[in-house]
Amino acid sequence: MKRITLALLLAASLAPTAHAVEYGQVQADKSRIDFAYQQMGVKMDGRFRKFTSQLSFDPAKPAAAKASFAVALDSIDLGSSEADQEVASKPWFSTQAFPHASFVSSTVKALGGNRYEVAGKLTIKGQTRDIVVPATFATQGATGVFDGAFTLRRGDFSIGEGAWAKFDIVANEVQVTFRITATPK
Amino acid sequence: MTTNRYTGIAIALHWLMAIGIVGLFALGVYMHELPLSPDKLKLYAWHKWAGVSVFLLVIVRLAWRVTHRPPSLPEHMPRPEQWLAHAGHHLLYLLMFAIPLSGWLMSSAKGFQTVWFGLLPLPDLLEKNKEIGDLLQTVHWALNMSLAVVVLGHAAAALKHHFLSRDDVLTRMLPKFAR
Ligand code: HEM
Ligand code: HEM
Repeated sequence: MKRITLALLLAASLAPTAHAVEYGQVQADKSRIDFAYQQMGVKMDGRFRKFTSQLSFDPAKPAAAKASFAVALDSIDLGSSEADQEVASKPWFSTQAFPHASFVSSTVKALGGNRYEVAGKLTIKGQTRDIVVPATFATQGATGVFDGAFTLRRGDFSIGEGAWAKFDIVANEVQVTFRITATPK
Repeated sequence: MTTNRYTGIAIALHWLMAIGIVGLFALGVYMHELPLSPDKLKLYAWHKWAGVSVFLLVIVRLAWRVTHRPPSLPEHMPRPEQWLAHAGHHLLYLLMFAIPLSGWLMSSAKGFQTVWFGLLPLPDLLEKNKEIGDLLQTVHWALNMSLAVVVLGHAAAALKHHFLSRDDVLTRMLPKFAR
């Protein structure tokens, strides 16, 4: 009995992550969504200032993990107010009709190490597509940090219609990167 | 060889750049007024590419200028007038250099890097900063307005020399075929 207790204590102290810790309290101020794209060969970037997310992730049970995001599209920051206003308009995000972009995970696969693959549905401007997002997870003290990136093709979601629909000025590919910081529930 | 003429290179650079700068000026004013559209972005890129080309030509031209003395001004010109001509030319060189430089700095500060002809990325000379970007836009504009005033005076002076003073000041800057 004593030996078993000792072994358990030892195991617990050596492998603290083996505890069921479920990260779910997203810290908005330490989380961000950025994106980058090309405009006539020039690298441009921007970010979304506001989004909400629900998350539950237990490193011991990644397959049970869930994540969902709602991004306030009018919180976009492209570095110039003229551009911010333009992308809110109908040909772009049409934020009056579609204020949010959303992502809802369906499956989470552990790839080994700290790498995961999150599959889910991305909805922008009323159109839903399946996407697969590679992500990593790391702990920093009591918080868990998720980093990930994926490439979105704006044409798939009719972001930039009419005169903007061609990709000669604003490229089709948009690299989205995110960092989500969460504490245990 | 008559020394009282500009060299062929000086003449070629003068007129090539005069056309380029007047064109860039008109394009700059026009594109600024356009509502945001793919065409506007295209014209901005072209303006920047052509502006950087002019910047390179200015450097070539300044190098040519310091190694090749221009012909001296006609004897009949009073001192103050000669002084004014020299001051005006220096001011034109200064503005030809400062305007594209301010454009490049503005683009850097606004976070829109300049990629020459879409191929050669120029280094951003300033960090992205909205206030400084807006300030440099005003500087670019003010320098351009100064240039417009000086060039009008400059052209008026050239025509005065030709038609009123009837000297060779204009013709010595004209290419052979136009003389
Ligand atoms: C000799 C060369 C140049 C001339 C004569 C010139 C002239 C002008 C003029 C007249 C304007 C309109 C100003 C206004 O209405 O506010 C303008 C705007 C502008 N110029 Fe230039 N420019 C030159 C070079 C450059 C260069 C090299 C760059 C950048 C690399 C540049 C970038 C810009 C930009 C971005 C604007 C638009 C400002 C705005 O409306 O937001 N320019 N230029
Ligand atoms: C953007 C427009 C222009 C710029 C930046 C410009 C600049 C200059 C500069 C810097 C010089 C001095 C060359 C030197 O001695 O080092 C010069 C000379 C001259 N420019 Fe222009 N110029 C412009 C347009 C014009 C126009 C439109 C005319 C004619 C109507 C003109 C006529 C002349 C003449 C005749 C000279 C020779 C003056 C002399 O013999 O001493 N320029 N220009």
